[in-house]
Amino acid sequence: MNLAFHGPAPEGEGGPRLPGSLRLNPRLEQWLAFHPDGTVTIRPGKVELGQGILTALAQIAAEELDLPPERIRIAPTVTGESPNEAVTSGSLSVQEGGMALRQACAEARARFLSVAAQASGAPLAAIRVEEGRFIGPGGEIGSYAAFAGRGLLAGEARGEAAPKPPAARRLAGRSLPRLDLPAKIFGEARFLHDLRLPGMLHARMIRPPRPGAVLVEAPAHPALWREGGFLAVIAETEAEAERLAPRLAAACRWQGGAEIPDDPQAWLDAAPGEESLVARHGAPPEGGRMLRRLFRRPFLAHGSVGTCCAVALWEGGVMRVWSHAQGPYNLRADLAKVLGLPEEAVVVEHREGAGCYGHNGADDVALDAALAARARPGRPVRALWTRAEEFASAPLSPAMAVAVEAVLDEAGTLASWRSHVRSNGHSGRPGRGAVPVLLAAPLLPGGRPVPPSQDAPLAGGGGAQRNQIPAYRTPHLEARMTRLSEMPIRCSALRGLGALIHVWAIESVMEELAAMAGEDPLAFRLRHLDDPRAREVLLAAAAMAGWEGRAGLPEGEGLGLGFARYKNSGAWCAVAAHLRAEERLRCLSLSIACDMGEVINPDGAENQLEGGALHAVSIALHEAVRIGEGRVLSDSWAAYPVLRFRDAPAVAVRLIARPEEPPLGAGEASMGPTIAAIANAVHQALGVRPERLPFTPENL
Amino acid sequence: MIRCALNGAPAALPGGMTLLQALRAQGLNTPRFGCGEERCGACHVLLEGRSTPSCALPVEAAEGRAVVTLEGLGGRAAPHPLQRAFLAEEAGQCGFCLAGIIVTAAALLRENPDPDEASLRAALDPHLCRCGSHNRILRAIRRAAAEMRA
Repeated sequence: MNLAFHGPAPEGEGGPRLPGSLRLNPRLEQWLAFHPDGTVTIRPGKVELGQGILTALAQIAAEELDLPPERIRIAPTVTGESPNEAVTSGSLSVQEGGMALRQACAEARARFLSVAAQASGAPLAAIRVEEGRFIGPGGEIGSYAAFAGRGLLAGEARGEAAPKPPAARRLAGRSLPRLDLPAKIFGEARFLHDLRLPGMLHARMIRPPRPGAVLVEAPAHPALWREGGFLAVIAETEAEAERLAPRLAAACRWQGGAEIPDDPQAWLDAAPGEESLVARHGAPPEGGRMLRRLFRRPFLAHGSVGTCCAVALWEGGVMRVWSHAQGPYNLRADLAKVLGLPEEAVVVEHREGAGCYGHNGADDVALDAALAARARPGRPVRALWTRAEEFASAPLSPAMAVAVEAVLDEAGTLASWRSHVRSNGHSGRPGRGAVPVLLAAPLLPGGRPVPPSQDAPLAGGGGAQRNQIPAYRTPHLEARMTRLSEMPIRCSALRGLGALIHVWAIESVMEELAAMAGEDPLAFRLRHLDDPRAREVLLAAAAMAGWEGRAGLPEGEGLGLGFARYKNSGAWCAVAAHLRAEERLRCLSLSIACDMGEVINPDGAENQLEGGALHAVSIALHEAVRIGEGRVLSDSWAAYPVLRFRDAPAVAVRLIARPEEPPLGAGEASMGPTIAAIANAVHQALGVRPERLPFTPENL
Repeated sequence: MIRCALNGAPAALPGGMTLLQALRAQGLNTPRFGCGEERCGACHVLLEGRSTPSCALPVEAAEGRAVVTLEGLGGRAAPHPLQRAFLAEEAGQCGFCLAGIIVTAAALLRENPDPDEASLRAALDPHLCRCGSHNRILRAIRRAAAEMRA
């Protein structure tokens, strides 16, 4: 979705057509550097979130350069040095970053080979590359290492060199092991949380009880730093900071602030908003049978297992911040605004954190650390959130309601599809507007309230309206959205955004229409799908799950299907869910078929698809932020149940091989289809169609 | 000071804090802080061989006892069979939960070298994995168990 906020790439008159992030970052030196020892450093602007992107990027680079993968080094993303690839989100990293790197490496290789050809007189076509050495008809005529110091990467990519054709790839397409996992499995310092700088102090924050509350009294204590309503306890050790923070927090007095509506669904129905048309075609039909349904989902939390963390150092007029945020440049822009510094005086360097699943508090804690560091010049300060902050202070994924009206004509064919979604905006990411959106920013003197979150336009992936448009053929379509103009709870992107509810809504209504038409739900879907890649994943998932034997399942069990093309422009994915109704619903197994075009690392892709599906099982059956007493009540795992080991279903994944097609992301594609498949399995098992997430006994 | 055996060597830990705080102050990267209320499993260590959350436990509880963290199970030079198995199965995504999970699995396999599915899942139930690597993690533990029995 970050493309949408970048706007179109500024292609010059007759300029080269460059892929992905290379358009906005055309300087080759930004992307890679060759070293005399035979290694190559690649410098991606997309960051590792646990999705395995670094491994895929190293494979792409090694492939194009004809180097063994172990010769590829990966530099952490640092603002001012790395390409600005905006945000690592939306399942776009291979598309945007991978394809940029592929082109940059192809171009680098071509430049080196052309120098070798000129110097040796060997014809270019006769030179091959073996482990980084250039072999001409008469033997070795150079190498990346030997030419490393010649400045061959100076200047911009010209888009002239062609990457290898699919049939020539040997590394891209193989399941190479993850580069980052060994350090994590051996307990080495790989996470930002393990960064220990000399003289480092530790900060814990004290938060207002409600958004907008004003601090009227804070105790005087040498460890307590106050700047407006921002409070941080800064101590020499973690233990001291954690001991003092609750004690000093209890001695603070706050006044006022906004209450959060106790009934979020009632608020959602009544809150003011801006209505807009998402898409429309055709004319409403005369007659036919109409089906009206309303789908609801609660506020959801990201629920990272590790709490948000950042380290900052204020020294010599420069604020240096180590962060696990998804968009280092975006974070830099908001930090600079809040701190009143030019962007060049803020350096954000990425370090890995725990999985974030979207825009959690990673950006916010970076400001916390920076403010604490400014209070202690020359000393690095590490800020770490509590679990309660993780739930109650980080942006949440907004509650949503989707109303669908579908019309089936006399022949049992879909004649009209109308839908209307109400939601807060799904993107409150930093670096995109005039007003900074970081948690502590409004608390500072002169701070302004965080503006309501936005949604990317549909062409950029959309937010609340992501996947609102069914893939199914309909002569009449009208999709509308209402983006709420008040935001009592700060909202932003969670893995899947609006797709989670829309795919469920679409797939549930399609099954009901199939029943009205007296047709098998799979056959009914196929009859409305023209896209062969969509049909193939549906058929594959159905075959994997034994769809034909569906009627023979024991009472209380169900097999359901769900399908979507993520964002209507990403990977095609179908899921079949087998479920049993016990005291609660138990998902027994998932069969996932996915067509994501070229796959760089099949095992990594399967890991992501399975991970997204299990995340979706958790959302479907367990997750809801509890709200009441004017505030977020979920402040602990006890008040935000999630999927656990005892309930994890078996998962089978099948990737449809399409090495000739452009690569598409895997991280989010399986989520909507999984929720939809579970909902449809619930109908077979219990005879009810879920209308409210999560599908708990109370909500059914 | 609290005297204990930490990863097989005598250690003196400062008192008046949680075991998690004391271990991280020693420079160890695991255990990890996840919630501070014994609800996520990220901070598990072996205390006298039992997998124990360290985030709310006073360090004094370790006095005279053996504490083992993930680092104490094995490293690159001499990996624990579980570490080898987790690598072989690519059992993880972000990896933040793994330290606690591997420690728990080590305790389980020492007590029960051939756990059935129910006891394996029950042992892991205190641990949250939000990336959805559950099945790979279960496979890795079964693989290590088979290797350790052989």
